[in-house]
Amino acid sequence: MSNALSDLLAKRDWLLADGATGTTLFNMGLQSGDAPELWNVEHRDRITALYKGAVDAGSDIFLTNTFGGTAARLKLHDAQDRVRELNRLGAEIGRELADKQDHTVIVAGSMGPTGEIMAPLGPLTHELAVEMFHEQAVGLKEGGADVLWVETISAPEEYMAAAEAAKLADMPWCGTMSFDTAGRTMMGMTSTAMAEMVAKLDHKPLAFGANCGVGSSDLMRTVLGFTDATPPAPVIAKGNAGIPKYVEGHIHYDGTPELMATYACMARDAGATIIGGCCGTTPEHLSAMRAALETRAPGPRPDAAMIEKELGGFSSASDGTGDAPKPERKTRRRRG
Amino acid sequence: MAEEEDDIILSELNDEELSLQMHDDLYDGLKEEIEEGVNILLERGWEPYRVLTEALVSGMTIVGNDFRDGILFVPEVLLAANAMKGGMAILKPLLAETGAPRMGKMVIGTVKGDIHDIGKNLVSMMMEGAGFEVVDLGINNAVDAYLEAAAAEGADIIGMSALLTTTMPYMKVVIDSLVEKGMREDYIVLVGGAPLNEEFGKAIGADAYCRDAAVAVETAKEYMLRKHNQLAAG
Repeated sequence: MSNALSDLLAKRDWLLADGATGTTLFNMGLQSGDAPELWNVEHRDRITALYKGAVDAGSDIFLTNTFGGTAARLKLHDAQDRVRELNRLGAEIGRELADKQDHTVIVAGSMGPTGEIMAPLGPLTHELAVEMFHEQAVGLKEGGADVLWVETISAPEEYMAAAEAAKLADMPWCGTMSFDTAGRTMMGMTSTAMAEMVAKLDHKPLAFGANCGVGSSDLMRTVLGFTDATPPAPVIAKGNAGIPKYVEGHIHYDGTPELMATYACMARDAGATIIGGCCGTTPEHLSAMRAALETRAPGPRPDAAMIEKELGGFSSASDGTGDAPKPERKTRRRRG
Repeated sequence: MAEEEDDIILSELNDEELSLQMHDDLYDGLKEEIEEGVNILLERGWEPYRVLTEALVSGMTIVGNDFRDGILFVPEVLLAANAMKGGMAILKPLLAETGAPRMGKMVIGTVKGDIHDIGKNLVSMMMEGAGFEVVDLGINNAVDAYLEAAAAEGADIIGMSALLTTTMPYMKVVIDSLVEKGMREDYIVLVGGAPLNEEFGKAIGADAYCRDAAVAVETAKEYMLRKHNQLAAG
């Protein structure tokens, strides 16, 4: 079944996604601890400005302000009964802006993690996770999102629950995980294991990949893990603009536009198709990334040494994939 | 695994073998085996405090180190902590009765707006595993929740966790309030969470940033030691 994103993917070698939502909203006056999703009602103009920043900087895809839009997250702000409304509005503001452009811009309905641990380790059952994601997906669909965009996931079980919810809502979707712990997700999933999981899904994403995590070097290493074998779908790279620092009362990410431009081209050379930023990535970064992708010639597939030289060091020696020696505990003896 | 290894009888092991086996069982998250091991050691006349430190805390230290080194990940650590909890449930009342040494008390919670409590829970469990008393404030804590609990509980340490870029600045709000109220020197303030780093911790005025639960335990011990030394010197 064709849709706006699959059409665009068929036409282009690479697509530019957007940058940060949270850090950008802070700069517009969001107070720490408040729910960004409530601004879809209270400050429509600011959310339009957020989206417009990415679109004007050349993003082909932008994500809606609905990252924390599941009932599990909205409950914190006593807004668990407003899931449909807040997600619909987040998508609607985006739809309105996208339709005004003279070229195709994809409205991607952001769906972040529930924040809960899934059974059997934690309290969140598969059924409940699917139900919460589905409720959010329906709101995003009503608001006119072209595609659902599941992001920053750590647990494979949660990723699969989101896939099922997308199917129930009859929506195409994309899904990225966050690899922030020694090159794996917090729950221990490696990049290659994620690619294997995606290949087996019943309702496959249009694209899959990584977002957030620890800086652009680690993210590039994850992308290499996805593309080491033929990936099951186009690959998404959405890395943070460096690491966060606290400067004069604000969070500032230390990656420059030039660094993110280099990262964008390296991600393309590593086989990523959808390239964007995450925390700390401003329209200025996005413009530099777009210009670089348009003007710089493709290069060879980068390796770890090249990434380290251009983007900086890694947060851990290995990312748990390939033939790299795996650290192991010397056990005395184990039960069966 | 060879089949004969399935048949380890805990009560047939000598003390040293048993506590080493318990380290392995903690590592593998075997709660019932840990409870059994704790009971056997107690029956053999071990002081509750010795069971805690030699069998459980040293076992959790191995788990913590492997978590820090990227060998174990959250699911395995949660299972280990759950097994530890089983052992602690038996020891806790006994420790209170026997007046075992006090490691220190921590009040911990995720900051306002943040419900991501996985990291915070891990720190709680590892701190308890190391013998600290932990008062868990849960998620979404405003300034007053931290300050009131720390005062009411007579805490030594305030621990704050944030997983989101949008919530991490709130840690500074809490620390600034402590300073304003003249309470900052009363507590060791430890912060943690995926988007944070050491420089951030310093910039907002925390005593230390802890990159994971194992580091949090080590840092807490180190600061408690300093605090004791200062008290002794003063």
